[in-house]
Amino acid sequence: MSKFTGIRGRVWFKALTGQQTPMPGDPPSVLVADALIGSDNARFLCVVPDPDSRFPCARHGEVGLEQAYTLAARIREVMKADNERPTEKNKKRPIIAIVDVKSQAYGRREEIAGIHLAAATSADAYATARFAGHPVITLIAGQAISGGFLTHGYQANRLLAFDDNEVLIHAMHKEAAARITRRSVDQLETLAETVTPLSYDVRDYAKLGLLYKLLHVSNPDAPSTEEISLVRNAVIEAIADARKGPADLRNRFESEDAQTARKASRLIRARLQEQWNQ
Amino acid sequence: MSVFSREYLQRRSFIELDARQRAQYLFDAGTGRELAGPFDRIESPWLPLQGVTPQSDDGCIVMRGAIGGRQAVVISFNGAFQGGGIGEVSGAKLTAALDLACRDSEQGKQTSAVLLLETGGVRLQEANLGLAAVAEIISSIIALRRYVPVISVIAGPVGCFGGMSLAAGVSSYIIMTPEGRLGLNGPEVIEEESGVEEFDASDRSLIWSIYGGQQRYDQGLADVLINDDADQIATTVRDLIAKGVPAIHRSEQVDLYRSRIAALDPSTQWDPGLVHSWSSWSAAFRQPPDEPIGRDQGAATKKEEDE
Repeated sequence: MSKFTGIRGRVWFKALTGQQTPMPGDPPSVLVADALIGSDNARFLCVVPDPDSRFPCARHGEVGLEQAYTLAARIREVMKADNERPTEKNKKRPIIAIVDVKSQAYGRREEIAGIHLAAATSADAYATARFAGHPVITLIAGQAISGGFLTHGYQANRLLAFDDNEVLIHAMHKEAAARITRRSVDQLETLAETVTPLSYDVRDYAKLGLLYKLLHVSNPDAPSTEEISLVRNAVIEAIADARKGPADLRNRFESEDAQTARKASRLIRARLQEQWNQ
Repeated sequence: MSVFSREYLQRRSFIELDARQRAQYLFDAGTGRELAGPFDRIESPWLPLQGVTPQSDDGCIVMRGAIGGRQAVVISFNGAFQGGGIGEVSGAKLTAALDLACRDSEQGKQTSAVLLLETGGVRLQEANLGLAAVAEIISSIIALRRYVPVISVIAGPVGCFGGMSLAAGVSSYIIMTPEGRLGLNGPEVIEEESGVEEFDASDRSLIWSIYGGQQRYDQGLADVLINDDADQIATTVRDLIAKGVPAIHRSEQVDLYRSRIAALDPSTQWDPGLVHSWSSWSAAFRQPPDEPIGRDQGAATKKEEDE
């Protein structure tokens, strides 16, 4: 079981933007910067741990109320600016989410204040930006868990992840998932060998057809200059690919891997379409 | 004053209807038609591998028809099957229905969507495909709501939790009953992750005072609060479809809600009643229907009777 360290977000944010401070007025847990990538000036967003967060349940790299609303506000800021001042050839600026989030914040205060809406505003902003023509690219550098990932990153046109044992993309951490489904962790691991969507291994996740690419970096905690430029090029390629394709998420059903792994999804889509106008 | 009016006691309960009946109840008589129904037998491929019996509709019912003379699709979750959890099939069914409604609406054949949400969120037995499906559902709601309203109804008793609370959050209108609950993390999950001192999941009154329909309506996190009355719910859905797309959606109001959070003091634990004393929350954002409907009307009827 990989332990969450929460250092990768900052490492990769700095590697790709050269910056590591929040924008004025933002909480220390949300890093946002504009930086050149290829020929584009892109907006990068990242959630990092803040041990001094005002909200006690959002101190270890969780996406909480402040993080979600800050992401939403900073994404909408780019959309608004590009609408008012169209860039060269009317190209919308890319929006890059760097993801290493432990989960959403699990707290009473969060529920009282409606964290579901906070999360929804951020998912909304990412999706609306994508539909408006902004290439939205997600780089999964570490963990991407459950509501944290839905809030920050899962609305991207293209998902990139490191091929690395510490990368964890899932609906729930292993121990909690085992308890709730009344299994032992061993049983869960055995099942995950045949039931691909249960697996905690990013190589199995890649088989589901949701990822654009797996990237090989020997140590994502401390990347070399060559590795940074490899990742940078992969992001540039993903931006170009996103610009060529449709703005919705159909690529996640249509990819080569999805044709095998998501057969049932494709079947139900086809059946509904057949019967829609009957 | 009597607690229950005759209308309330003689009402037809919506909660007591099963998922298929709920969907059917919303349509103009004779127009509701189920798509990809149980006889198509498209089941979860993942549950049998885990010794869990699948269901031939995967706990998700899709119906097309007319509501108030307008085209609509209703997607209804069966909270009795796997807690209404989103699996690969049920999730793709909802997304496909939204996408077809979007395709028709784009071509000028306006088709609204109504989501009857009884769900704990991602079905853990299908983990990553459930989570992926929720991301796709959110995206498809946002695509569709540009043309027609997407209405979420949270009637109860399961409520709407987990990732699907984001789906409710991005919809055009949210209708709740006092028996409905809405939140990202349910009480058990918070107790499990953050400890019993953070949330005592056995404290029923705490749960309802946080997640319950009355609280969510008072906070401006739901647009209509309505009794568990199938006819009133059907009327409200029809009226909101007729009303069309709101000028701005709740989940686009980032600055309003962000400033509310900024004004709060989280240094000590909160009591849910605090919400009523937060001055920044007094102007609750709701999508107000043109005519008073739902609970307000019910209250007016009760008053007349008492007189």
